[in-house]
Amino acid sequence: MSLTADDVRWVAHLARLELSEAELAAMTPQLAAILDYVGQLQQVDTNGVEPLAHPLPIHNVFREDELQASLPVAAALANAPDRQGDFYGVPAVFE
Amino acid sequence: MSEFTATQLLGQFKKGDITAEAVAREYLQAIRERDPAVRAFLHVDEAAAIEQACRVDQKRQRGEALRPLAGLPVAIKDVLCTAGHPTTCGSKMLQNFIPPYDAHVITRLKQADAILIGRTNLDEFAMGSSTENSAFHVTHNPWDLERIPGGSSGGSAAAVAAGEAPLALGTDTGGSVRQPAAHCGVVGVKPTYGRVSRFGLVAFASSLDQVGVFARSVSDAALLLETIAGHDSRDSTSVDQPVPPYSKTVDQPIRPLTVGVAKEHFAAGLDAEVEQAVRAALDVYRQLGANVKEISLPHSPYAVAVYYLVATAEASSNLARYDGVHFGYRAKEYTDLGSMYCRTRGAGFGPEVKRRIMLGTYALSSGYKDAYYTKALQVRRLIKNDFDRAFAACDVLIGPTSPTAAFKIGEKSDNPLAMYLSDIYTISANLAGIPAASIPCGFTKMNLPIGLQIQAPPFAEEKMLRVARMYEAATDWHQRRPKR
Amino acid sequence: MPDLPYRTVIGLEVHVQLLTRTKLFCGCSTKFGLPPNSATCPVCIGMPGVLPVMNRKAFDLALKAALALNCEIASFTKWDRKNYYYPDLPKNYQISQYDLPFSHDGGLTIKTDAEPKRIRIIRVHLEEDAGKSLHDEHGGGHDSRVDLNRAGTPLLEIVSHPDLASAEEAKAYLEEIRLLLREIEVSDCEMQEGSLRCDANVNIHIAQTDGSLAATPIVEIKNLNSFRAVERAIRYEAQRQYEEFQRTGKRLGEAPKATAGWDENRGVTVIQRRKEEASDYRYFPDPDLVPVQVDAAWLERVRGDLGELPAVLRVRLQEQHGLTEYDAGVITQQGRAFAAYFEQVARDSGDAKEASNWLTNQVLQRLNERKITIRDFPIPAAGLAGLIRHKKESGLNAQRAREVYVRMLETGASAEQAINDLGFKVVADEGQLVEIVRRALAANPKAVADFRKGKVKAADAIKGAVMRETKGLAKMEVVQRIVMEELQKA
Repeated sequence: MSLTADDVRWVAHLARLELSEAELAAMTPQLAAILDYVGQLQQVDTNGVEPLAHPLPIHNVFREDELQASLPVAAALANAPDRQGDFYGVPAVFE
Repeated sequence: MSEFTATQLLGQFKKGDITAEAVAREYLQAIRERDPAVRAFLHVDEAAAIEQACRVDQKRQRGEALRPLAGLPVAIKDVLCTAGHPTTCGSKMLQNFIPPYDAHVITRLKQADAILIGRTNLDEFAMGSSTENSAFHVTHNPWDLERIPGGSSGGSAAAVAAGEAPLALGTDTGGSVRQPAAHCGVVGVKPTYGRVSRFGLVAFASSLDQVGVFARSVSDAALLLETIAGHDSRDSTSVDQPVPPYSKTVDQPIRPLTVGVAKEHFAAGLDAEVEQAVRAALDVYRQLGANVKEISLPHSPYAVAVYYLVATAEASSNLARYDGVHFGYRAKEYTDLGSMYCRTRGAGFGPEVKRRIMLGTYALSSGYKDAYYTKALQVRRLIKNDFDRAFAACDVLIGPTSPTAAFKIGEKSDNPLAMYLSDIYTISANLAGIPAASIPCGFTKMNLPIGLQIQAPPFAEEKMLRVARMYEAATDWHQRRPKR
Repeated sequence: MPDLPYRTVIGLEVHVQLLTRTKLFCGCSTKFGLPPNSATCPVCIGMPGVLPVMNRKAFDLALKAALALNCEIASFTKWDRKNYYYPDLPKNYQISQYDLPFSHDGGLTIKTDAEPKRIRIIRVHLEEDAGKSLHDEHGGGHDSRVDLNRAGTPLLEIVSHPDLASAEEAKAYLEEIRLLLREIEVSDCEMQEGSLRCDANVNIHIAQTDGSLAATPIVEIKNLNSFRAVERAIRYEAQRQYEEFQRTGKRLGEAPKATAGWDENRGVTVIQRRKEEASDYRYFPDPDLVPVQVDAAWLERVRGDLGELPAVLRVRLQEQHGLTEYDAGVITQQGRAFAAYFEQVARDSGDAKEASNWLTNQVLQRLNERKITIRDFPIPAAGLAGLIRHKKESGLNAQRAREVYVRMLETGASAEQAINDLGFKVVADEGQLVEIVRRALAANPKAVADFRKGKVKAADAIKGAVMRETKGLAKMEVVQRIVMEELQKA
């Protein structure tokens, strides 16, 4: 598995992570080494094996459709980095 | 007093020999004396701790029934939300985040009249095995201050080992309670997935995360675990099964007892001193009448690979919410929404978190998901099937917790893969969702603690703790304390 | 559309909000129009450490909708995370369903100009809605604001096959979905409030001179929020693709699928160049939610709650009450309560045709004027049936009957009471009528004379006088017969 700096840039973009050139240079071989290591899984025969996403076989967990108190607006927005009145402020969202 | 176990403290408190305030003051004093060197805590609010303790004393004076953890200080890994108090996860990203809710386990501790004595250090977002990845400072191993305490719950483990708290909560996603417990010479227990509610536990990898406990004895761990375990309707993965009174039965040995030993746990990479200590521990079990038999967990060599795909994939999604919009850090300089996201996340997360987000994003991305993520989930099932087969023939599995004793601070910082491999024995339990514990089983020549891992079938915590206690009662490793 | 040089091919992705009181994964209200950020909690804000727990009612409603859409229900379903960054998506992933939706392979029959047509449904799945970003035109740096009230509202996504062949069919399909989901109380489907939204995948097939068909690249038109917008956007986009094909000759597969917005003011679709990553959603099973298994008993319970679906009702109204397809359609379109009202009026009056006339004309007009539903209509079904009976039995003419109806509307009186109030003495007694006719003959000697001279038309003057005298409350046929009899005798 050869991982290029461009692959890493692309993944960083998907993950919305700004990486400096130094970080990129350090991370590329580290990720390549890890991917190389996890590549050993390809040796395992998993034909017909159902993926296991949940460790326990629990199903059908529901809550009833009952109102619970919402947060007061001030409490909801208390941690917002940019509170604009009763809204969260963000830089322009371009479509 | 800071040398007492929680069970001893509780006994004296109930008899009226000591007050909760005196206990709190003693531990706060210990923190003041020892923590400048150990640096287990991120935040200690002395006044708040004493106030809680005084309230418990007043309750006793009023003759109210005493709650299960009345007056016992508990240190909290700073990844468990506490309403109205900063919960940082060891990250710049959440440095100023104040949750408006308590984690379920915090609610349970408050209801039990425990004293929340302080918030302990951790690897950022619980990602790491050394507590070097905290955005704030490194925690030192109380047995050797130049060494790591393990991680990611290194602060909690070090606090208990250093006598700065009798009890502590941690979280365990791939060994983050058991490995630091082993390195710090204390008892650490990771319960079955679903045994303890994850509500308010800031997620790293949701299908693996579980709250665990640290204590100086198995009985203390049993006491703390029975307080926090049990169903919570706010966590869909919390299991609705009764919680046995672990602390009441912990002294009863299991007889007959069949101990399984996985041959894969004694493969290359295991330090000779660790192997020796673990084999000696197995002899102790034999002397206690156990039938020790070798078994195989054929897929366990793949556990690290599976883990670093599944955990990072989940993490890449769990940590997407830290984007500078609704809470947490936001970068100062940006030109538009896209650059705000990237700069906030680029500057708010440390290198290990970024590395794992990158790995997880890659593992889920188009064209790679089947080969990495889905393949990992398939092998995960094979790992679980291995355990199912093993537990059909054994009561518990016993082996080393970590392949080596605590390594030096900085030793593995530049080699993430080497760091990941130090979790090789602990990770499988998280992948399979089974309970596992680490108890002290000896020391290296350098006087570094060695941990013995005991794994049990799902929801067999009671049996696991009794098996652990059998060994503890026959040995005195757990009574050793680091030199100060 | 036989006059177009191409055939339009449309698949719709319809989103409807479910009629739950609370959100899909938390107990916050789903009510529309609350003050910004007043219906949020740590779960729907996506704060660290909190967890989703599924609303049972939402899943039940989703099952109900899927059954009504003739879908197959999966015995095992799970929830997946769809990962993408957007400020109104607080976790930066949407909890949705990817490879194992709870239902699939259904269909819905719509009316077209020709034969009724079955539109196949690929899948119906349950997911959470996002919040709202408000874009401030004159903000400078901070020019978007986010309201999370809507975040986490349960949303059903209904994906059709590209079986729709015109803007009209697309509209008819949407209307049928709206009627159906309202009828079974799954959604109120208010497009203005966003509880029914629609994305349209559009391309066209153009017949080539060699007899083959050329298909154009597919464009997905996003966020169509009115029936009018759906129709206009599809029509515009089809024509645009035709013109573009004339210019470029680009076919399906030769250009990536594009996304477009609809500019309501300018009446044009605006193609948005999307980066490829938009489709890399990195779906994976949500570890915070557990799968759902649906057994036969559960399905039966939901099926039992469905009641009579519009398609069935429409046929039954024709078969049981002899209504025309058109009238049955109009009544069905008004909903179950209206149809039930109709059926009671038809039963009590014994005249379904007359009942249908009243309902589809006067009653519907009144409901529309007042913007009320049949539940708030002041005349009970028995009252309207009474009016129809009176009209038939007593010979109340149409004009008089409408006056009585208006009186009933205004006062809430019964038909009988209203007739009395208006002084419309019903003349049912033939002897009495004979007396009135004889008096009319006596008062109109000229008309009698003319009749005798063979002017048959002269009888009309007598009839008119009788009707005036009876205030239109005598049966015309009876009056006619008696007038003729008396004229012969005279």
